[in-house]
Amino acid sequence: MIQFDRVTKRYPERGEALREVSFTLANGDMAFLTGHSGAGKSTLLRLIGLFERPTRGQVLINGVNINTLPINKIPLYRRYVGMVFQDHRLLPERSVFDNVALPLIAAGLTRREIEKRVRAALDQVGLLQLECAAPITLSCGEQQRVGIARAVVARPPIILADEPTGNLDPELSREIFALFERFHGVGVTLLIATHNLDIIHTLPYRTLRLQQGVLADD
Amino acid sequence: MATITTRHTARSLKQRLYAWLTCHVNAASDSVQQLWVTPFATALTIAAIAIALALPTALHVFTINLKELGGHWEGAAAISLFLLPHIDEQQADKLANELRQRTDVAHVEIISRQAGLAEFRSYSGLGAALDQLTENPLPVVLALYPTSYISDLTELEQLSASVAQLPGIDFVRLDTEWIQRLQAVIKLLQQGLWLLSAALAIGVLLVIGNTIRLEVENRRNEIEVMDLVGATASFIRRPFLYSGAWYGLFGGSGAWVLVNFMAWQLQTPVDRIARLYHSHFQLLGLDWIATCILMIGAIALGIAGSWLVVAQRLNQLQPSR
Ligand SMILES: Nc1ncnc2c1ncn2[C@@H]1O[C@H](COP(=O)(O)OP(=O)(O)OP(=O)(O)O)[C@@H](O)[C@H]1O
Ligand SMILES: [Mg+2]
Repeated sequence: MIQFDRVTKRYPERGEALREVSFTLANGDMAFLTGHSGAGKSTLLRLIGLFERPTRGQVLINGVNINTLPINKIPLYRRYVGMVFQDHRLLPERSVFDNVALPLIAAGLTRREIEKRVRAALDQVGLLQLECAAPITLSCGEQQRVGIARAVVARPPIILADEPTGNLDPELSREIFALFERFHGVGVTLLIATHNLDIIHTLPYRTLRLQQGVLADD
Repeated sequence: MATITTRHTARSLKQRLYAWLTCHVNAASDSVQQLWVTPFATALTIAAIAIALALPTALHVFTINLKELGGHWEGAAAISLFLLPHIDEQQADKLANELRQRTDVAHVEIISRQAGLAEFRSYSGLGAALDQLTENPLPVVLALYPTSYISDLTELEQLSASVAQLPGIDFVRLDTEWIQRLQAVIKLLQQGLWLLSAALAIGVLLVIGNTIRLEVENRRNEIEVMDLVGATASFIRRPFLYSGAWYGLFGGSGAWVLVNFMAWQLQTPVDRIARLYHSHFQLLGLDWIATCILMIGAIALGIAGSWLVVAQRLNQLQPSR
C-alpha cells in the first residue's frame, strides 16, 4: 500500500514541487499519474523510490514511514520497488543483458537464475535479439524498454514508471501498457506517470492528476 | 515493513554462500581488469607505492645488518687484560692457556712487554723520550677475543668481570665504546624507522586513495545506477576495496623486489670488506617476518585508502532532503 499523507517537497532553489499531496493506493492497484510538464510527477515517484525525502508529511509503504528506514535498509527497500526512470539511467558501456541483470546481481542471485530472468524480461519488452548490444547503439525507445525490463526483472511488488512510453510509437506504447496490465494481473502495485492521455482514457484505471504540485484530480 | 526487507534474503545457506563467493570473485577479477584499462597510469602508481614502501624496508634491512655487525665481536671486540707488573711472559702464557679453556673465549693473544712498547712507540710519537727509559714500564697484556655467540654488551661485561677475578690480573679494559656507539646508532635508526614508516604509510594511503578517487570519478555513473537498483554499500564498495588491495599487493611486491635487489647488489662489496676484517659477517636480506609485515601492511593500506574515498562518495548518495 502506498500512502501519501500531506506530503510537501520543497527544493531550495525552486520552491515547492509538491504541496500537501495526500492519496492512498492499495496493494495490487494500478494507477496513472498525469499533469503538465513540471507538475511534480517525477518528484512524487522519486519520493516513493526513496531517492528523495519529503520536506513535510509522510510517505507510508505498507503502513511504515519510509523516512524512518535505517540507511542500511534502503538497498533492500529499493529492490522492493522497481523503477523506470524518465532518463533511463542505463550504463552506456555495458551490454543490454548486463544492464537488465544489475538488480539481480545486486541481490546476489545465481548466474543461471539471472540468465533465465533477464531473458524473460527482455522477451517481455521485445528486445531479446538485442541482449548483446550496448545501450548507446539503441534508439531512445529501445533504451526505454531496456529500462522497463530492468525495473521488472526482479519481480518487485511495486513498480513505478516515469513516462515509460515517452519515446514509443502508439503501437509499442500499447504493448508496454499491456505488459504493465499483466503485472497488475499478478498483484503488483503500479503507479505510472504518463502524458499518453489517449491510451489511458481507454483503460479502466484510476488517474491522479497533478497541477503545479497539487493533486487536482483523482 | 518486515515483508519489504526479508523478501530476498529467504534463500538457502548454500545459495547465499555461493552468491557471496561469486560476488567476491567477480569483484576481485573486475578490479584487476580495471587496472589493465590504464596500464601506464597503473604502473606509475604501483612504482610510486613500491618506492615509498621500499625506503623504510631498506632502512630496516640496514638496521638489522648493523645489529648483526654489532653482534660479530670476533676480530673486533677485545678485552684487554693488563697483568700485574711482576707477572712474566711464562706465567702469562699459563694464564692464557687457562683462559683458552673457557667456552666463551675464542682465542687469546699475548702481547709481550716488548711488543707493547713497540706498538706504543709507533703510535704515540714519543720515540726519543721512550729511549730514555731504562726499564720497560709496560705490563704483559692478554688480548681476549670472546666467541661470537656472545651477542650483547651485558654478556660481554659479565665475561670481563669474571676474568678480572683471576689471580695475576691488574685490571681489565673492555673496549666497548664503539659497540655502545653502534647500539646508540641502531636505536636512533630504529626510532627513525618508525617515523619514516608512519610518514610513508600515510604517503601510500594518499597515493592509493587518490588513484581510487579517480576510478570512483570515472565510474560515477555506474555507482549511481548500482545504488538506484538496490545494491548495498558493501557491494558497491567491494570492487574498489579489491582495487586498493591489488595496488597494495603489487606495490608491496615491488618494494620486496627492490630491497632484495639492493641487498644482492651490495653482497659482493660487503663480502670483500668482511674478508679484510677476517669476519664471517654476511649481509642479511629481508627476513620473512618483515616480508609479512610489508605485504600485509601494504594490502591493508590499499584497502584503507580506498575505503576512505569510496565511503565519502557513498555518503553523497544518500536520499536528499
Ligand atoms: N533536483 C531538483 N532540484 C530543484 N528543482 C527540481 C529538482 N527536480 C525537480 N525540480 C523542480 O520541481 C518541479 C517538478 O519537477 P518534476 O520533475 O517532478 O516535474 P514532472 O511533472 O516530472 O515534469 P515532466 O513531465 O517534464 O517530467 C519543477 O519545477 C522542477 O523544476
Ligand atoms: Mg518527470
